[in-house]
Amino acid sequence: MIRNITIGQYYPTSSSVHELDPRTKILITFIYIFGLFFVNSFIGYTFVALSFFGAVKLSKVPLKFILRGLKSIMFILLFTVALNMFFTRTGNTLFAIGFISITDEGLMIAAKMGIRLILLIVGSSLLTLTTSPIELTDGIESLLNPFTKIGVPAHEIAMMMSISLRFIPILLEETDKIMKAQMARGADFESGNIIQRAKAMIPIMVPLFISAFRRAEELAMAMEARCYRGGNGRTRMNKLCYKKKDGYAFVIATVFIIVCILL
Amino acid sequence: MAIKIEHLTHIYNEGMPFEKKALDDINIDVAKGEFIGIIGHTGSGKSTLIQMFNGLLKPTSGNVIINGRDIHGNGVNKKEVRQQVGLVFQYPEYQLFEMTVYEDVAFGPKNLGLSEEEIKARVEYGCKAVGLDESYYAKSPFELSGGQKRRVAIAGVLAMNPNILILDEPTAGLDPKGRNELFVQLKKMHEELGLTIVLISHSMEDVARYVDRLLVLYKGKKAYEGTPREVFAHGIELEKIGLLCHRLDIL
Repeated sequence: MIRNITIGQYYPTSSSVHELDPRTKILITFIYIFGLFFVNSFIGYTFVALSFFGAVKLSKVPLKFILRGLKSIMFILLFTVALNMFFTRTGNTLFAIGFISITDEGLMIAAKMGIRLILLIVGSSLLTLTTSPIELTDGIESLLNPFTKIGVPAHEIAMMMSISLRFIPILLEETDKIMKAQMARGADFESGNIIQRAKAMIPIMVPLFISAFRRAEELAMAMEARCYRGGNGRTRMNKLCYKKKDGYAFVIATVFIIVCILL
Repeated sequence: MAIKIEHLTHIYNEGMPFEKKALDDINIDVAKGEFIGIIGHTGSGKSTLIQMFNGLLKPTSGNVIINGRDIHGNGVNKKEVRQQVGLVFQYPEYQLFEMTVYEDVAFGPKNLGLSEEEIKARVEYGCKAVGLDESYYAKSPFELSGGQKRRVAIAGVLAMNPNILILDEPTAGLDPKGRNELFVQLKKMHEELGLTIVLISHSMEDVARYVDRLLVLYKGKKAYEGTPREVFAHGIELEKIGLLCHRLDIL
């Protein structure tokens, strides 16, 4: 059950999107988000959605797999849509009970908000689905490098990110294991009111925290044993370099953003 | 029959690119009061199999029948099944969370909704079975040694008063002395409390000495079954799948 979370997951296959330089993919994701916030008409959203489907087709990641990631944000999505629908006061009232009224403008805003959120989530999840965590952090470190002069700790940020990304699946697996062990002792996580449910989490949280600290300590030791002392003077085995493909990708992204602005 | 498993198959991530068949048409019968060992490599399906015994995993196909009842049948209370089948996971000490040993062992009985006196009796029963006396009750489980922690965890499962006990690599990470002690204790529990015990391990030599019957899992399939003597008669085949090696080779 707990393994079904797709946000931040990598989908290993070989495609032209997977082969792009991670920096290209990060920058293009930013351009995509920028474009998404620029458009404000249904034609615009259709264009963004079509571009997204094109990228998915190229990446060879099954669309079903990406859409499953939406399940985990369903609540936020519905909440936002509902909020916009019920609390927009301008426009012609279509329907009203007490203090709640639905206007045509409210419906419009709610629909646009929903589409925008969905496209935002699926678009950025395409980045992590096609880029392995190591590539991703290498890319971020390299993109942040120019800012070290003004005091941005690029290497440290990248290192922290790669460590936390590395630990997500481990902790998920651990949670699954502990949950099962407590269920074997008759623990019940599914029934009861909200306070009882929160209390039922204690037998999971305590062992989880203890093991997280233990793992952190072990990792720190292992890093020091291999003489880790920050990013200064560290060389890498796989250097990032832009290829022809990245050039094409940037051209497409430029066309995308221009169309977005024009629409 | 305490446990009866019929044509059990389990596939992880069915229909996904990382689909994996963990168990393939397994049939097992465990009689009441039997002490049985299940042997297999990492990835042979052992850990998947034991989660079937108390309904933590639902098989893709096949039946699991515990004490004569199909546990995935209609109207079967999973909590009741988990009370009857005590499951001790690998490294069970990582599931400890309470302030004192007593409280931790009492977690299972409390979940069953028993009275205070009954809980106390269950804690005493569990602790006694693994050789922990009353002086441990008020201690924090986190200040104990590895072997003692593991006993607390096993006591916590025994306090549910199961009639079937399943242990996944209970001696992993213990020193030879601790290992021996634990096996002797299990044997004692088997004889004195009349428990049906299923012991999972990857080490033939360890288990063969204590169990009545052995079962060898290989790549999700049952490879051999019989008394330790019968199974060891397949020495050459076992060697081929890497579960047995000649002592001389090590020297």
